[in-house]
This record gives sequence, C-alpha cells and structure tokens, in this order.
Amino acid sequence: MGLDIRHIDTDFLIIGGGTAGCYAALTFCEHSDAHVLIVEKANIRRSGCLAAGVNALNAYIGPGKTPQDYVDYARRDAENIVRGDLLLTMAEGLNSVAEKLENLGLTILKDNNGQYATRGWRNIKINGENIKPILADAVKKQEHISVLNRVNVFEYIIKENQILGVYAVSVEEPILYTILAKAVLCTTGGAAGLYKPNHPGFSRHKMWYPPFNTGAGLAMGIRAGAEMTTLEMRFVALRCKDTIAPTGTLAQGVGAKQINALGEVYEDKYGITTSQRVYGTVAENREKRGPCALRTVGITKEQEDDLFKAYLNMAPSQTLRWIESGKGPSVQNVEIEGTAPYITGGHTASGYWVNTNRETTIRGLFAAGDVAGGCPQKYVTGALVEGEIAAKAAISYMSSEISHPNEDKIEVIKQKLEGYLSRTENSCDALEEAMQTIMDEHAGGMSTYYNFTEESLKIADEKILELGKQSEQLSASSMQELVYIMELQERLLLCRSVIAHLAAQKETRLQGYINSKLKDGNINIIRRQLVREVEIYEH
Amino acid sequence: MSIEIRQNLCIGCGRCITVCPGSLIKLKNKTATIPKPERCWGCASCIKECTAEAIALFLGEDMGGLGGKMTVRRENSLLHWTVTKANGTAQTITVNSLDSNKY
Ligand SMILES: Cc1cc2nc3c(=O)[nH]c(=O)nc-3n(C[C@H](O)[C@H](O)[C@H](O)COP(=O)(O)OP(=O)(O)OC[C@H]3O[C@@H](n4cnc5c(N)ncnc54)[C@H](O)[C@@H]3O)c2cc1C
Ligand code: SF4
Ligand code: SF4
Repeated sequence: MGLDIRHIDTDFLIIGGGTAGCYAALTFCEHSDAHVLIVEKANIRRSGCLAAGVNALNAYIGPGKTPQDYVDYARRDAENIVRGDLLLTMAEGLNSVAEKLENLGLTILKDNNGQYATRGWRNIKINGENIKPILADAVKKQEHISVLNRVNVFEYIIKENQILGVYAVSVEEPILYTILAKAVLCTTGGAAGLYKPNHPGFSRHKMWYPPFNTGAGLAMGIRAGAEMTTLEMRFVALRCKDTIAPTGTLAQGVGAKQINALGEVYEDKYGITTSQRVYGTVAENREKRGPCALRTVGITKEQEDDLFKAYLNMAPSQTLRWIESGKGPSVQNVEIEGTAPYITGGHTASGYWVNTNRETTIRGLFAAGDVAGGCPQKYVTGALVEGEIAAKAAISYMSSEISHPNEDKIEVIKQKLEGYLSRTENSCDALEEAMQTIMDEHAGGMSTYYNFTEESLKIADEKILELGKQSEQLSASSMQELVYIMELQERLLLCRSVIAHLAAQKETRLQGYINSKLKDGNINIIRRQLVREVEIYEH
Repeated sequence: MSIEIRQNLCIGCGRCITVCPGSLIKLKNKTATIPKPERCWGCASCIKECTAEAIALFLGEDMGGLGGKMTVRRENSLLHWTVTKANGTAQTITVNSLDSNKY
C-alpha cells in the first residue's frame, strides 16, 4: 500500500479533540480570529474519556470555599506531591467553566436558591450522559475551527527545541499528513493498557480509562525530549468488580461502607481519601480478607432505582449487570477491586512538565488535561480550565509566520510506514499482551499488589526494550492496523519512562497510588526555581 | 464487554461508525459490522446513536456475563434502556437527560 502525502498549514493546532482540546478551541475563537485545526483520531462527537458520559463535575469550589481550599485539599490528598502554582491557576477557573458548560446545554442540578447542588463541597450534580456531544456541537458552530476526524498524530516536527508541527496518518485512508502550525496544543489524554488489564481475555478493553487513549502525546513528547514529571504516580482506581464502573456514587451517594469478606468495615482503619480507599482494599486482599465490597444491602427500592439511572448515565454496564443477574444493590453488596494502573494527569500528577501557562519544555508546545502533569484532581472541569489557559497563552505566543523545518523527514517516514504496510500481516496483539504481562509482574501490576523491587524493574526494562525491537518487525494490512502498531510502540516507550520514574523514587509516600519520590537520589531531576517547594517536593 | 450488531435490523446509516471512540465499527455490504469485538470499551455510544435498535451491549462471559442484551431507544430527551435477559424477559428503564443524577 502506497501513502499519499498531504500538507496542511494552520495557526493553532490541537492534537486530540477530547475534553480539553474542544474547550481550548472554543476559548481560542473567543479571543482570536486566527484558524484552529483539531486533529482527532476518532470523531470528536464521542471521543476520549467523556464517551460514555460522566457522573458529576468532580472539581468545583462550593459556597464558602476558595480556590486555595481546593489546592490545600488536593495537596493533602496527594501527600504534598503536587505543584501549588498549577493547582491554584486551575482551581481559579473551575466555577466559570462549569457555568459555561451549563450555557452550552449541560443539565446541572440546582438547589432551592438557584445555586448548583453540591455533593460535598467539590462536586456538582449533573446529567453527564451527553456532555461530549454538547462540546462537539459547540465546536462545530465555530467557522474558524476545522476538524480532521480519524487522523492519528504520531510525531512532532521540532527545530531547535521549538515545535513547528506534526506528522499524522489517516486511520481509514492511505494518507500521510505534514501539518505545520504557529502553536501546538497536546490534549491526547493519559494512557491505559500499559499493564495487564482486569480482564485479560475477550473483555480486555473493559477498563476504566479509555483503551483508545494510548499515551501518544506523552510518547511523542518523550521522543522529542520534553520533560515529564511524576510518571511513577500511577492511578489505581477503586472500581466495581467486573464492570470497572465507578464506586464514588455508591460510597458517597447512598453512604455504602467498605467491608471485607468477614463483614468488617475496614475503611475506618485506612481512611477515606481516594487513595486510602484503594490502599485499604488492596491491603485487605493481600491479608486474605478479601473479596471486599461496598455494603449496599438494605438501601431502599427508590435508592436502587436512582442508582440504576445514575449508572446508565455514565457506566451502563453496571446497570446491565444488576438487571441481568436479578440482583440489584439493595439485595447484594457490590464487590469492589483495584484496577490495573493507568497514567493520567487528571487524577494524579503524572504527565508533561508545564509552567503556569501550560507550556511544556518545548517552545510553542502546550499541554492540557490528562496529558499534563503536576496538577492532580483536575477531572473534567480542570481539563477545561487548562485548555482555556493554554489557548490564551498560545495566542500570545504565536508568531505571524509559520516556520518550516530545515529538512523534511516526510520521505523517510513514508518509506518506513510503507514498510509496515507491505509485509504480510503480523498483528501486534501478541506483543501487546507480552508487554502487559511484563509490566504486571515486574513493574508493579495487580498480580503483585502493585509492588516491585529495583531488580524487578531492571528485568522489566530489559524485556520491554526487547519488545520494542521486535515491534519493528510487525506488519499491517490496513491503516488502522498501522495505527495499532504506532500505539503499541507509544506504550512500549511510555512503559520504559514509567519504569525509570519508578526506579528513581526513593521513598513511598502515597500508598494508594504506590508511587512517589522525595527529592532526588542519584537521578537527574532538573530543578526549576519556579516550582521549587523545598523540603516538600520538587517537580 | 462488547456489542453485537443485528444485521437484519441495520439500515446502514453509519451513525454508529461515526461515534465509536475506538473506530471499531465498519460498513460492509451496507450493514455495520464490528470485526474486532474484543477491542470494544463498552461505552455504549453506538447503541445510543442507532435509531434502528440494531446494536446491543452484552457483558463477556469472562467478566461474568449471563447473556443479557442491552438496547436503547431515544425519544427527544428521553432514553429508554431495555435489558433483555437470556430467558427472554425484559425490563425497561427510562432516563430523561434533562434530569440530573440524584447522586
Ligand atoms: C470513565 C471515566 C469517567 C469519568 N468520570 C468523571 C466524572 O464523573 N467527573 C469528572 O469530573 N471527571 C470524570 N472523569 C475524568 C475526566 O473525564 C477526564 O479527566 C477528562 O475528561 C480528560 O480530558 P482530556 O481532554 O485530557 O482527555 P480526553 O477527553 O480523553 O481527550 C483525549 C482525546 O485525544 C484523542 N487522541 C488520543 N491520541 C491521539 C492521537 N495520537 N492523535 C489524535 N487524537 C488523539 C482521543 O481520541 C481523545 O478524543 C472520568 C474519566 C473516565 C475515563
Ligand atoms: S460500545 Fe463504544 S467502544 Fe464499543 S463499539 Fe460501541 S461505540 Fe465502540
Ligand atoms: S447506527 Fe444502527 S442502523 Fe445505523 S449503521 Fe449502525 S447499526 Fe446500522
């Protein structure tokens, strides 16, 4: 199969039309007449984390609270492994983006005083089933925004540490794109599928984080020499067993307590922050007091019906499970477990190092949402705020002319990709499974209760490196298969970075996330004056 | 976790193909197919988009699925979700997208 080459020039290029990407495009248009191009590997209507819908807006500043309160909360929850400057700039924008979402058409519950109804002081209640189509429709209405759907970005074009554009391929047709821009925003989300998933068989993609967010943006950055932060802070989610549906709605919505197999409430022993809830469950399982569950038996029929609906709006598989088994949460406790680890800067602090403008260490390259690090507990609204900040900063940054690379690598890339397409089919499934097993067994997956040793990490790194070489021999019979190979190679590279960050940590602080380092041991951490929070943590 | 497409009901409109976040659904002989069902995330985007109720969601046996199938019918802001159990009995739950979640 031969590839056609196409060139596109734009002003502001956004890679990934998900939550942060769509919102950045909208913000850009409010402040500039220049052109925006969103390149999305699926279709912006339902791509990324928001595809199934979400349950609540998890980041909001309730009445009587301030953005600083949010910073303090997130700092406590992550045991200080955060960037205060990023958290504050994010928190300051949370409420205005929530209002904007409502204006775009999102249903948000109000109390008798016309204020948003909160769950705790940080969450607001919504109907989030259609949150992504709402964003996508708003994007479609803007004449300065073009969208290239089903186009997968795989490499940055860099000159002297400045980004000039990207290379991309169509997922459907044999087309290779060179796209040049005056500023670039990476909003490709985090990464799932590095570790052996909860269901390694047929249902292997039934995971919490989208299996289609493969860490492309992170891998492109690593290849181009961008600095990454805190990749060791993996996110392990506490989820309903089998369906991997969220548990917060049960714990906070109907007050279900975490109990072990002996019927003991164990959450009091470990604490109820997000990470403590996971850690407690893992610890109980390790001590052979599992399986653990949320005690829902005894809730009213009305509560059960509301739960059926709430899950239909965000994780329909859980409602399907309850109904097909004939055992709803009022008659059977809901079993819970930890997930395979994910890399996601929307929940933890892992991702690109960015400054408060959300600019990375590569000039002209911005990052927002789950791909950006330092700022945990962003969730939907935080991703939107980061998109907004990055879009405004990109407008100030943009020069009047597009820069061109010294040498165009397009012919070399074309030949390499055509090589994959010309050999007989050799799918990447086997290597993907091998990668996930290595990470699981040697780099702290579920089977070792997320534990690892210096030695096991060395083994993991060697084996992953070997798989990387083998992946060069893969072949593809379609553009989609070619993209699968790219995704595998992105994951393999990211695995090595995660392993390196895990190996560099000299202290375990956040047990739930099984992560963390305090200052550097013998590794090369770049110290930036701006974000130094001496004695606490340095990013 | 995956979907099945009932070829006899599919009208080939392509809406499910547009929305799938994993680009998993293809048009073949004017009907939708999912060549790699094991790559499905189970997000239900496609079943909500299909006006012919030709797509059903099911839980794989490896995650304890019991053969139930879930379909959706949209009526303005209402989504009527139906689970048909393996024994043929069905239950429908209606959600209004203008109502917020209680929890
Ligand atoms: C299942 C689930 C439930 C959640 N529930 C809630 C909730 O109830 N409340 C809450 O506040 N938060 C929730 N979150 C968190 C929140 O949704 C995310 O943190 C946020 O949406 C992330 O936004 P993002 O823009 O970084 O990523 P995404 O919205 O995932 O966008 C990434 C986009 O990049 C595209 N992309 C990836 N790679 C490429 C490439 N190489 N080329 C082109 N495009 C690419 C993807 O297709 C996708 O469209 C949930 C997350 C998940 C996964
Ligand atoms: S359920 Fe989601 S991932 Fe699966 S085929 Fe449908 S749209 Fe695609
Ligand atoms: S949306 Fe339904 S009718 Fe249309 S192509 Fe898909 S399965 Fe067929």
